Amino acid sequence: MNFQKTLKATLLGASLAVIAATGASAKTLVYCSEGSPEGFDTALYTAGTTFDASSKPIYNRLVEFKRGTTEVLPGLAESWEVSEDGLEYTFNLRKGVKFHTTSFFTPTRDFNADDVVFSFERQLKKDNPWHEYTPGAAWEYFNGMSMPDLIKEIVKVDDYQVKFVLNRPEAPMVANLAMDFASILSAEYADQLEAAGTKEQLNQEPVGTGPFAFVGYQKDAVIRYEAFADYWNGKQPVDNLVFAITPDAAVRLQKLKAGECHVMPYPAPADVADIRDDSNLTLMEQQGLNVGYLAYNTKVAPFDKAEVRKALNHAINKQAILDAVFQGSGQAAKNPIPPTMWSYNDAIEDDDYNPDLAKEMLEAAGVSDLSMKIWAMPVQRPYNPNARRMAEVIQADFAKVGVNVEIVSYEWGEYLSRSKEVDRDGAVLLGWTGDNGDPDNFLAVLLGCDGVGGSNRAQWCDENFEALIQKAKTVTDKAERTKLYEEAQVVFKEQAPWATIAHSVVFMPMSSKVTGYVMDPLGGHWFDGVDIAE
Amino acid sequence: MFRFLFGRLGLLIPTFFGVTLVAFSFIRLLPGDPLDLLAGERGISPERKAQLLEQMGFDQPLWRQYIDYIAGIFQGDLGTSFASKKPVLDEFMTLFPATAELALCAIILAVCLGIPAGIYAAVKRGSIADQAVMGTALIGYSMPIFWWGLLLIILFSGILQWTPVSGRISLLYFFPQPTGFMLIDSLLSGEKGAFLSAVRHLILPSIVLATIPLAVIARQTRSAMLEVLGEDYVRTARAKGLPPRSVIGLHALRNALIPVVTTIGLQVGVLLAGAILTETIFSWPGIGKWLVDSISRRDYFVVQGGLLLIAGIIMLVNLIVDVLYGLINPRIRYN
Repeated sequence: MNFQKTLKATLLGASLAVIAATGASAKTLVYCSEGSPEGFDTALYTAGTTFDASSKPIYNRLVEFKRGTTEVLPGLAESWEVSEDGLEYTFNLRKGVKFHTTSFFTPTRDFNADDVVFSFERQLKKDNPWHEYTPGAAWEYFNGMSMPDLIKEIVKVDDYQVKFVLNRPEAPMVANLAMDFASILSAEYADQLEAAGTKEQLNQEPVGTGPFAFVGYQKDAVIRYEAFADYWNGKQPVDNLVFAITPDAAVRLQKLKAGECHVMPYPAPADVADIRDDSNLTLMEQQGLNVGYLAYNTKVAPFDKAEVRKALNHAINKQAILDAVFQGSGQAAKNPIPPTMWSYNDAIEDDDYNPDLAKEMLEAAGVSDLSMKIWAMPVQRPYNPNARRMAEVIQADFAKVGVNVEIVSYEWGEYLSRSKEVDRDGAVLLGWTGDNGDPDNFLAVLLGCDGVGGSNRAQWCDENFEALIQKAKTVTDKAERTKLYEEAQVVFKEQAPWATIAHSVVFMPMSSKVTGYVMDPLGGHWFDGVDIAE
Repeated sequence: MFRFLFGRLGLLIPTFFGVTLVAFSFIRLLPGDPLDLLAGERGISPERKAQLLEQMGFDQPLWRQYIDYIAGIFQGDLGTSFASKKPVLDEFMTLFPATAELALCAIILAVCLGIPAGIYAAVKRGSIADQAVMGTALIGYSMPIFWWGLLLIILFSGILQWTPVSGRISLLYFFPQPTGFMLIDSLLSGEKGAFLSAVRHLILPSIVLATIPLAVIARQTRSAMLEVLGEDYVRTARAKGLPPRSVIGLHALRNALIPVVTTIGLQVGVLLAGAILTETIFSWPGIGKWLVDSISRRDYFVVQGGLLLIAGIIMLVNLIVDVLYGLINPRIRYN
């Protein structure tokens, strides 16, 4: 016992000496992140973990999402105008915005239109010297959001005005520009790297205008930032931000409890109750901007009949799925968009769990002895923590109405690829997490006619639905768009191309000393405005 | 001796080509391709996919890709990671010291505890002490690393708070790492307390990683010692009145060490396999986790390059073991 006491005292003494030596007065916020960033040039990547470490602390965008919402606010652009035909977006840029001064770059000028043009043209133009500056530069998000088809040109009007000319009207354009791939980089820094012949450093030693400046990264271990004193929106309450990369959820929790970090993402569902009971910790929660669904193949009989799909939807006991699969971290979904998204039609009534009604409907549709396949994803996703288990619950539910289900699964890449096939055999469990908070990002991508054979896994192309979502793309008035999307959700519910299963709830445990943290419905982790109480 | 050495070196050439072929085909035999995985639910159009495949050189026939890969190896180019866009060799060199440091500490721990434990068990054969040592070794050998690691963290970091939970050094320290070996770099940094912090961070992961090799070495030492202790020359040594310490330490141990050295050499592979789990639990930035992540995202160049480099290290260690074996037992050289 004496040995224990002596050892403890020695170690504690050593720790305190270290803190004193390194200056205990500086406030350092430690975030136990779940993984390593792939790089720091945000536009090259698609993973949330990379965005958390790059675009969010280091960069700004022309427009930003208001924290905790999907509402778009001015960012590096103070204001913007849209032409009447919806083809020209002119952004008036903020003046006096500084880029980070770091050990590897000292800016000589403020942010201006050149930086905006550089940040987008490198992604847009194949002949831009930065288009292939690093091996495998694919600009996947920019391409995934169809930007090359959409943007005709980006024009520098003057030093503080930039115009985006589009090939077709696209109402979600402004929301798209708040996304991570639209982060603004320093053209002056890029020129410096090009002159030095070290272009690849752009992805390793980033320079932005954001709240935190990059200090250093030890691969798979630690990322360090310091608060940017000249940040245009004011200096941060903490002096330093550290990402301690901790892949295992149980270890993250131990670190949080031991005071080795202040905030951690993605707790294991089984630990949520324990965290809630710990008086030293705070557990924040929010509905994720996602949806998990079962997509029927509407091109294959008998699922080409809406009555059959509707009948099967009545056979699914969503509460049982929420209990068995989500363990309290999910909410039943009735629409294809989550309730936190604007234009969510709450007036729609969900298909209630009624096996008798389901049986009657199937008989009325002339369907008997139906056998079908249900595809279960092999991986855990935010919208579906255990697809196999979910498939088993649905299998049991369908058995009660006389439908025999075979569960199939493939390796994840194969699953994604094969599930796109138009003549696919079976209904697919899948889901979606929103990119930009715009309903178009769910309804058009997942259910639009253009997505058939691709991201529209139901292979569903409905004339009325398509007309509504296409019209909503061209209208800039939000109230009018809301009406159109609400109507589209009514059509969706009547036609039932999917069984909407659930929206997950995201938990965020943190030390009770942390103040000012706001959860992001888009799933990102932001630390501007966050403080640690003394 | 030179002939023996050249013979062993000659064997490395076919092994090297075998490894390149296995590494190259293994990752390509797995279903799913990196571009589908990269695009996720969002998907990728066939045109865009074709364009990227061409850009990455995957539109070429497999034999052509293999030749390019081998040609690259001879120029020191193992390709570039899809994920990080960095050369594979650079990434390996950044991460390998962390794994090497952990593996070295683990093997030193395993040898320093395993050999004496094995000798003690052999000398006290059949006693309670022998059964206790061998029982503990069996438990250690059967222990799932993931569970064992978490158990130690909860006990020593969570409840007793003796050791840090994870990482290589306290976040308070930030200094250049010229060697990548934290124990050396922390000393070179001159920062007060840095070395102690690095040592404290090494304790639990080293124990976890050393557990299985320790058990294997202890059992191997015991059985080798038992065999040797029954030999005539040991009886002779005892009969001529040598003290027990000399009989065991000088006469018996040297011969018993031959199979033990081989076992230690073979543990290098076990250590690298164990490092994958240990690194994940202790957030240890080494090559184990890097490789596993790369397999799951089909990062072809990282997997084939990483496997080749690891195989190279194992081959090198085996060569050293072969040489040591030859030194300890001259009969091996002449056969």
